[in-house]
Amino acid sequence: MTDAIALDDVTAARGGTVIWSEGTFTISTGTIVGVIGPNGSGKTTLLEMILGLLLPASGRFAVLGDAPHRGNARVGYVPQNYASETGTGVRSRDLVTLGRTGTRWGVGGRSGEDRAAVDAALAEVSATDLAPRRVSQLSGGQQQRVAIAQALVGDPDLLLLDEPFANLDVHNQHEIVELLRSLRESRGVTILVVAHDLNSLLSVLDGAVYLLDGHAHYGAIGDVVDSALLSHLYDTPIKVVRTAQGDLFTRS
Amino acid sequence: MLHMLADVGYQPDWPAVLRVGFMRDAFIGGTLVALASGLIGYFVVIRRDAFAAHALGHIGFPGATLAVLTGIPVTLGLALFCVGGALAIGALGKQAASREVSTGTILSAATGLGILFASLASENTGAVTSVLFGNLLAISHSQIFTFTVFTAALAIVLVIIGRPLLFASVAPDVAEAKGVRVQPLGIAFLVLLALAVTMAVQVVGTLLLFALVVTPAAAALAITARPAFVIALGTGIGLVCVWLGLIMAVMFNLPPSFCIVTLAFLIWIVTLATTGAQRRRVRPGGTPRAAAVVNPPSAGTLPASHLEPASSVGGIGQRGR
Repeated sequence: MTDAIALDDVTAARGGTVIWSEGTFTISTGTIVGVIGPNGSGKTTLLEMILGLLLPASGRFAVLGDAPHRGNARVGYVPQNYASETGTGVRSRDLVTLGRTGTRWGVGGRSGEDRAAVDAALAEVSATDLAPRRVSQLSGGQQQRVAIAQALVGDPDLLLLDEPFANLDVHNQHEIVELLRSLRESRGVTILVVAHDLNSLLSVLDGAVYLLDGHAHYGAIGDVVDSALLSHLYDTPIKVVRTAQGDLFTRS
Repeated sequence: MLHMLADVGYQPDWPAVLRVGFMRDAFIGGTLVALASGLIGYFVVIRRDAFAAHALGHIGFPGATLAVLTGIPVTLGLALFCVGGALAIGALGKQAASREVSTGTILSAATGLGILFASLASENTGAVTSVLFGNLLAISHSQIFTFTVFTAALAIVLVIIGRPLLFASVAPDVAEAKGVRVQPLGIAFLVLLALAVTMAVQVVGTLLLFALVVTPAAAALAITARPAFVIALGTGIGLVCVWLGLIMAVMFNLPPSFCIVTLAFLIWIVTLATTGAQRRRVRPGGTPRAAAVVNPPSAGTLPASHLEPASSVGGIGQRGR
């Protein structure tokens, strides 16, 4: 099976400024991978490159075996600050439907198949009862689930989430983590999650891309959750504490 | 004092006046504008682009006064300036945080130019007043023809681009990633808005067009969130405002613009009062959102209710970013 993402000596640059370089790693199909690093280290840039919105300045970059390209139907995307970027005057159902039909010109042509796919995506994130409600009336966690449904309705092989835990309380973070876990199992989808804080994700992560000193690396989760590495990454002392449930790291 | 108001009052002969040729033209012209406004108004409100609609009306003002000055058709002058303004605002880009400031600056520069042209055309103040406050009763057959073409063009283009435009409006980042050309669509939207504004200026005037282009759609969005229903209902509200407004104007010898705008305002305020009360009852957990704000308002800060997203009232004039 081809890797979901494969980078070979990739340099990410924006407007001539190098953001990170020497990115050489692969992400296996069906894994959940965190993307971590300090603010401004190029986490969102990596997602933009996967989405084909930004071309690599150099190196070879493969997404699901192909060169990255805009409008890749096999990639689902949940952007950062989704709710505040979203027209909140539409119903959840309309938003999810647009994830499937929004690129089509003209009216009509919404088939029973489309409706069934929208129903299935809403059910998959336990948002069936939210379908008729306006996005503005939903809580942060509910909005995040609807956003994930909008990404799932296109039946992606790769799912990208940018800071899905921003503005979510611990309970809602946990619900999203469990949702990601069940998606990996039911769909075999590869999931990349950009996150500031690994703690809530640790139990579900297979590995992490970390952006350190201007370079992009990948490590299995057991290697990344390392006091010295995390302390260097965030430039602040971080202690890794092992609990019965799994790993937790805390600032100390 | 009272004799100054003598012309205003119930006109017993109003049914006869309604059958006069210029009234029929006013109904046709007003209907076309209400249709165009209803179609584009939904996107204005859902994109929170109401300020652009307001600005385009003002940007059209120098176009209209220049037309009065030079003797070219007012519709042409308006359309040229509105479309030019739409392209300028579109070029500023959606994400630019300073766009409101830039739009406002263009707006005031254009209004200044309009005042210059108006003063140069001083022997024709009636025409300038028509631009500012609208003059539906003076609509000509050539204007009706142009309105028909504009409304048809707007409807056809919206039917084609409506769905990707809605996608780009409500989830711009996802739409961009999915291959939708978000910025060109935004510019296309503004050009269509410019056509609607060009028409609306001639019905209710530069200063009042908001009431026809934005208010009916905002009221409709407060009632329903289904895109097609909002468009249909907003168009219906606009039509009711124009038709009843014209009848009221004839019945009581009042300016049609005043009647149309006042009806739109009344419908909007009643809609908001009723749906707002309803919405507060159905909020999840029964608590109004303001109560969930973590930091309670302290002395010197706004009450939390002021921070409520404008979306619950249709997002008029606020971008919430």
